[in-house]
Amino acid sequence: MTLAANSASNGIAIDAQDLTRRFGSFVAVDHITFDVKAGEVFGFLGANGAGKTTAIKMLVGLLAPSEGTAHVAGADIRTQRDEIKRSIGYMSQRFSLYADLTVRENIRLYGGIYGLTPDQIAERTKRMLDNLGLSGSVDDLVGDLPLGWKQKLAFSVALVHEPKIVFLDEPTSGVDPITRRQFWELIYAAAARGTTVFVTTHYMDEAEYCDRISIMVDGKIVELGTPAELKEKYRTETVDDVFVRLARGATKGEAA
Amino acid sequence: MRSLRYLLRKEFLQIFRDHFMVAQLLLMPILQLLLLGNAATFEVKTARMYVVDRDHTETSRALVDRLQASRRFVVVGASPSVDVGNEWILERKTDMVLSIPSDFERDIARNRAAQVQLILNAENGAAAGVTESYAAQIIGAFARELTDELGPVRLMPVKLIPAMDSMQTLRAAPIPAPAVRAIDIRARGWYNPDLNYRDYMVPGILVQLVTVVGSLMTAMNIVREKEIGTLDQLSVTPLSRNVFMAAKLIPFWIIALVELALGLLVARFVFHTPMLGSILLVFAAAAIYLFAALGIGLFISTLVDTQQQAMFVTFFIIMVYLLMSGLFTPIRSMPDWAQWLAQANPMKHFIEIMRAILLKGATTRDVLKPMLILVGFAAVVLTLAVRQYARRVG
Repeated sequence: MTLAANSASNGIAIDAQDLTRRFGSFVAVDHITFDVKAGEVFGFLGANGAGKTTAIKMLVGLLAPSEGTAHVAGADIRTQRDEIKRSIGYMSQRFSLYADLTVRENIRLYGGIYGLTPDQIAERTKRMLDNLGLSGSVDDLVGDLPLGWKQKLAFSVALVHEPKIVFLDEPTSGVDPITRRQFWELIYAAAARGTTVFVTTHYMDEAEYCDRISIMVDGKIVELGTPAELKEKYRTETVDDVFVRLARGATKGEAA
Repeated sequence: MRSLRYLLRKEFLQIFRDHFMVAQLLLMPILQLLLLGNAATFEVKTARMYVVDRDHTETSRALVDRLQASRRFVVVGASPSVDVGNEWILERKTDMVLSIPSDFERDIARNRAAQVQLILNAENGAAAGVTESYAAQIIGAFARELTDELGPVRLMPVKLIPAMDSMQTLRAAPIPAPAVRAIDIRARGWYNPDLNYRDYMVPGILVQLVTVVGSLMTAMNIVREKEIGTLDQLSVTPLSRNVFMAAKLIPFWIIALVELALGLLVARFVFHTPMLGSILLVFAAAAIYLFAALGIGLFISTLVDTQQQAMFVTFFIIMVYLLMSGLFTPIRSMPDWAQWLAQANPMKHFIEIMRAILLKGATTRDVLKPMLILVGFAAVVLTLAVRQYARRVG
C-alpha cells in the first residue's frame, strides 16, 4: 500500500521488477526490470518474438506473470487487476474495434463499458471525430474505413475514458509513412494532456520520437535510456544502428 | 449493470446487421421444420404388394381387395408362383408378397382357421415392421368380418423374411405349420390415435432447432470475438466476466424462444400438431432447457480457438444428443448402457416434456420430474461453463 502510494506520488507510472513469463520451458520474458515515469512516452523496442507482446499482456492483466512483480498506476498486476483496468487504455497488435459496428456505435460501446454517461459519450465522440477529421464518417461501418483511419480511431477509442496510461502494441504496423506521422502526432497530443504512453514498435525511426526507450533481445532488456544516451554510448547516428548491434546477438529471432 | 445494456445493444446490432445470421436464425429453422416435418416419418405410405393367389376363390379375392381398399397396399403384380414373387422381392420390385395357399377358403369353411404367408423385404427393418403390422391389422379386420358371417374365424398371417442373398434357402424352406393360437391382436394407439408420426416428430424437431441456436450460435459468437481479438480488448476493460457472459447468453436465449414460438405456429397451422396442454408450460420448460443448451455452447467456446473447431465440436455433441434423444429411435430399444447415458441427455428430457404437453396435455405436475432434471442439468452445465471460462480468460 505504502509502496503503491509512493510510486504513484513519485511520478512513476509503471515499475517492473524481475518480471518473467515462461511458456513451458520457453522463457518469453526473462526477469525484466524497468520503470516508466508519469507523462513519459516510453518506447518498448525489440525484434519480432523478443517478448514485447508477452510483457505488455502481463502489464495490462491479460496474462499472469510466472515470476516477479510490477505496478501499473500504483496497483499490483497480480492482485489489483480491476484497479489497473480502470486506469489504463490498451490498443492491441490486432485491430480490435468491431468492424460490423459504426464509428459511433464503437465509441458508445467502449464509453458505456467505462461508465461514461450518455452526455459524456456524445461530447467525446464529437471531440474525437473533429480531432481525427472523421466527422463525416460517424455512421460508417468501421470495417469500411481505410486501415490508417481504423488505427487512429482505435487509438482514440483506447483513450475514450481518459486513462492515466495507454499501452500501444505496434500501433503503426502496416500503415503508410504519412499516417504513421499523424499517428505520432496523436501520441504527442495525448502525452501533452498528461497521459503516459507505453508503446512497442519495431520501426526504429519511431524510437527517436520517444522520451526513453528500452531494447529487448531474447526476452531480456539489454539497454535502457534516452535515444540520445544510447546513440552516444554506441557511437552511432541512429537508434536503428544501436538496435542492429544489440539484436545481432539474438538467438530466438523471428521464429520465436 | 449499465454496461450490460450497452453490451446487449451491441450484440443485437451485430446479430441483426448480419443478414445471413438473421436468415440462419429465423428463416432456416422454419424451412427445416417444414422440410423435416414432412419428410422425417416412419409411416409407410403405400407398400407394393405382389399377390400369389393359389386359391382363386371369392374369399381369397375378397382378402386382396380388402388390402388394396385400405390404400396401404397397391398390387404391383400377381401370378400363381411363389418363386416369381420371391424374385420380385429380390429385384426390389415389391415390398411384400402375399401368398394365399390353395385350400384357403376350404380351411376357413371347415376349420374356421387358415393361414396366409407374408414375405417381406426387410432391408429396411423399420419399414418392413410397419408394413407387416398394417397387413396384420387388415387381415385381422377381414377375419372379424368373416366371423360376423360364419362364426369365429382365425386368420394367421405367417411372416417370412428372406435374406436377400440366400433365396435358395427360402425356396427350400417349408411353410411352417399353422400355430393354432387364437390371439386377436387389436392395436390401439393412445394419445395419438391415428398413429400420426408427424405429430410425434414435429415437437422433437422443434427441440433440435432451438438446441442448435442455443449451443452452436453461442459457441460461435464467443469464439468469433476470440478470433478477431475483441475478446482481449474487452478483457482489459473493467467489464466484469458475469456481465460479459450475460450479454452473450441473453440474446440467444431470447432468439431461441422466439424461434420456438415461430416453430409452434408452423406446427399448429401447417402440420395441425395437437396442442392439448399449456403453451406457457412449453415455454417455461424451454426457458430452463435453453440454459443447459447455452451452457454447452459457452463451455465449448472455452475449449476451442476457432469458429471452425467450435462448429465441429458442437455438431458432434448435438449429433450424439440427437441420436440418443429418442427422436428417431426409441430409447427403450437401446442397450442398457445407452439407456443409462440417455438419462444424462437434456434433449431427451425436453423432447419428452414437449410431447407430453402437446400430445397428452400433461400438466406441470406430470412433467415435474423431467423439468427438475433439466433444472439440475442446466445448473451443472452453466456452473461448469462459467468456471471454465473464468479459468481460461481470468
